Amino acid sequence: MKALGIILAGGNNKRMKELTHKRAIADMPIAGNFRAIDFTLSNMSHSGVGTVAVIAQYSSRSLNAHLSSSKWWDFGRKQGGLFLFNPTITPENNDWYRGTADAIAQNLDFLYERHEPYVVIASGDGIYKLDYNDVIDFHVEKEADITVVCKDMPQDADVSRFGVVATDASGRITDWEEKPVASPLRTISTGVYVIRRRLLISLMEQCIEMEWTDFVRDVLMRQKNAKRIMAYRMETYWTNISNIPAYYNANMDFLKKDIRDHFFREYPTVQTKVDDYAPAKYNPGSNVKNSLVANGVILNGQVQDSILFSKVFVGNGSQVKNSIVMQDAYISDNVVLEYCIVEAKTNIPAGTVYKGTPDNIKIVTQ
Amino acid sequence: MVKKKMIAMLLAGGQGSRLGVLTAKVAKPAVSFGGKYRIIDFPLSNCVNSGVDTVGVLTQYRPLELNTHIGIGIPWDLDRRVGGVSVLPPYEKTSDTEWYTGTANAIYQNLEFMEKFNPDYVLILSGDHIYKMDYEEMLENHKNKGADVSIAAMPVPWEEAPRFGIVVADANKRITAFQEKPKEPKSNLASMGIYIFNWPVLRDALIALKDTPSCDFGKHVIPYCFDNDKKLYTYEFTGYWKDVGTLHSYWEANMELVDLVPEFNLYEEFWPIYTQTDHMLPEYMAPSASAERCIIGGGSEIYGKLHHSVIGSDVTVGEGSEITDSIIMAGAKIGKNVRMKKAIIAENVVIGDNVVLGEGTYAESKLDTRVYASDLVTISENSVVPDDVKIGVNTAIVGVTTKEDYPGGCLEDGGFIVKAGEK
Repeated sequence: MKALGIILAGGNNKRMKELTHKRAIADMPIAGNFRAIDFTLSNMSHSGVGTVAVIAQYSSRSLNAHLSSSKWWDFGRKQGGLFLFNPTITPENNDWYRGTADAIAQNLDFLYERHEPYVVIASGDGIYKLDYNDVIDFHVEKEADITVVCKDMPQDADVSRFGVVATDASGRITDWEEKPVASPLRTISTGVYVIRRRLLISLMEQCIEMEWTDFVRDVLMRQKNAKRIMAYRMETYWTNISNIPAYYNANMDFLKKDIRDHFFREYPTVQTKVDDYAPAKYNPGSNVKNSLVANGVILNGQVQDSILFSKVFVGNGSQVKNSIVMQDAYISDNVVLEYCIVEAKTNIPAGTVYKGTPDNIKIVTQ
Repeated sequence: MVKKKMIAMLLAGGQGSRLGVLTAKVAKPAVSFGGKYRIIDFPLSNCVNSGVDTVGVLTQYRPLELNTHIGIGIPWDLDRRVGGVSVLPPYEKTSDTEWYTGTANAIYQNLEFMEKFNPDYVLILSGDHIYKMDYEEMLENHKNKGADVSIAAMPVPWEEAPRFGIVVADANKRITAFQEKPKEPKSNLASMGIYIFNWPVLRDALIALKDTPSCDFGKHVIPYCFDNDKKLYTYEFTGYWKDVGTLHSYWEANMELVDLVPEFNLYEEFWPIYTQTDHMLPEYMAPSASAERCIIGGGSEIYGKLHHSVIGSDVTVGEGSEITDSIIMAGAKIGKNVRMKKAIIAENVVIGDNVVLGEGTYAESKLDTRVYASDLVTISENSVVPDDVKIGVNTAIVGVTTKEDYPGGCLEDGGFIVKAGEK
């Protein structure tokens, strides 16, 4: 195997508000059946990256539950497998992960013990399909020290939640701004990197020595003149879910046929933990338009332009519009929901009305 | 030494010929049911939910689909270090090699398999019924009665009793007589084909009857045990149990699932039905779609209108189409402006645009009056129906058909098309 994988799934994000009170961002529900991390895990598996470490810290219990078996992504092999690294206290260390670089540095043993020449580092909140072998080939061909998977954004896009890069004619990254308030740069980093394992080890050893903790700030930005950091431009769909509008839009994107076909039907398709719910049931009075409906859902009311996750119940006379309803939520009779995100397992009593707006999605929790 | 309290032997080798073209290519236990399941999922899930973790599945007729479906048993948690699920096809021996000639003969040919687990009890199941049953409860009853053999039986309406194998029992539920399809039934307890045997009793009976041609449980093994003074008890079962042996009963059992609170409820959490799903997707309902009184499997893309139907996974229904009282199995593609009534569309069938199915008046089937005796349209898996044709009631289609196969653009009521090279 050419590469091992590291998925950075430890972060919290206050901009996700209540939705990440009980779960890691990488565990956020996507498109009816999936969790955000499924996309990266599937990419790893389909790229032949058979040894994957998921580095988790913040609210990691729900993520642990999702990853309780590695078989869904085909990682349960004699060689390699899926490893979950939570912070651990050792004689040398009694800190939490203080940043992305620190999280990798605290697990350096994993890197020492493996033999794969390359490492694919990816964040756990990206929604995309990518063959990492293409990135590794690019990395080798361009004689890069580090390759950053980038995406060119449209001129009018707001890039303030991303890292943006400037590149020279050869594609080498010459400048990097992290979450700029305003920037003329349109090329963003997707948080996916390819690097030789030996180089990563030495960079991490340097981080430990210097007490550097952040992979972007202390490795990529500091090293940009010393190392050859190349931008690999990804052409296909990519988004991440770092705030509420991005999360909402990422889900709603799956109402488009080309997006569904890209992820659900064009091989290789994204994989997730399989649950044993019955097919969705449409009772008299149900009327569902332009919506995604997952397994185990029982419908008695009206649903439009919405995403319903597994085992959601919609009562008689209820109207759900432009909303995301997470798994196991119970919507009683005559409830009105517009522009809402309903947290999992929320029980909404009969007659309740919640209305958000396109610019201010309402979060409904128990 | 390996020791299992009770192992199950699941008979899944039969064709189920009365399901007509639905079982032309797959064994009956592998036929789809209820949107995402196959018939065998029900007994297999019952085993797991009852704590029976060792199951031999006896296959013979067209086993490919079954083998693929069962695999190593992961969906049912039957991938075990000891036990789990084993698929048991007939095999060649140094002499006396034969196919499975009867239900008991099939079990007899796998004595070594059962021996290996050193069981106290053996549960005999068939792979063609839809039900939820706790076999552990049946075993408790078996032990409490001190039985050698227990036969699960359910009360049926007296007027229907003559269609079944009837068991007659005393007040203590000990069986005193059997009646096979009796004109004058003495009891209304119908045998469900589910047996628990004390292992030595079963082994001795199978060895004693090994030379009986087409050795069968109902016809030979049970009477043998009865005649040899073994203690036979009946275990009365009153839950939902449906034989889906005919096209009409198969259709009806599917349709019952869409009732508001169906008698057979797939949504209960304490008795999950497991199945093999290679992926799990939500379904998409387009702005032009509607569905009421339906169940729809994951990954389907619905642009048309659905009424009172059971739709499998990854089905496409085109815009302007109206589907009523129908079963559409996984992977089928229904074109635009199709009108469909009371049809059973098997897996991966392609129906062209503007096709009309199931409109007409009942006419006797020209293919097989025993199998096709209702107003259903039945289309076998991987078949293709071209654009703009009309298909009458009580019809059957097998294979890739073209416009030339439909004289005047029609398949008349009671008619059939079976393409050359297709069985």
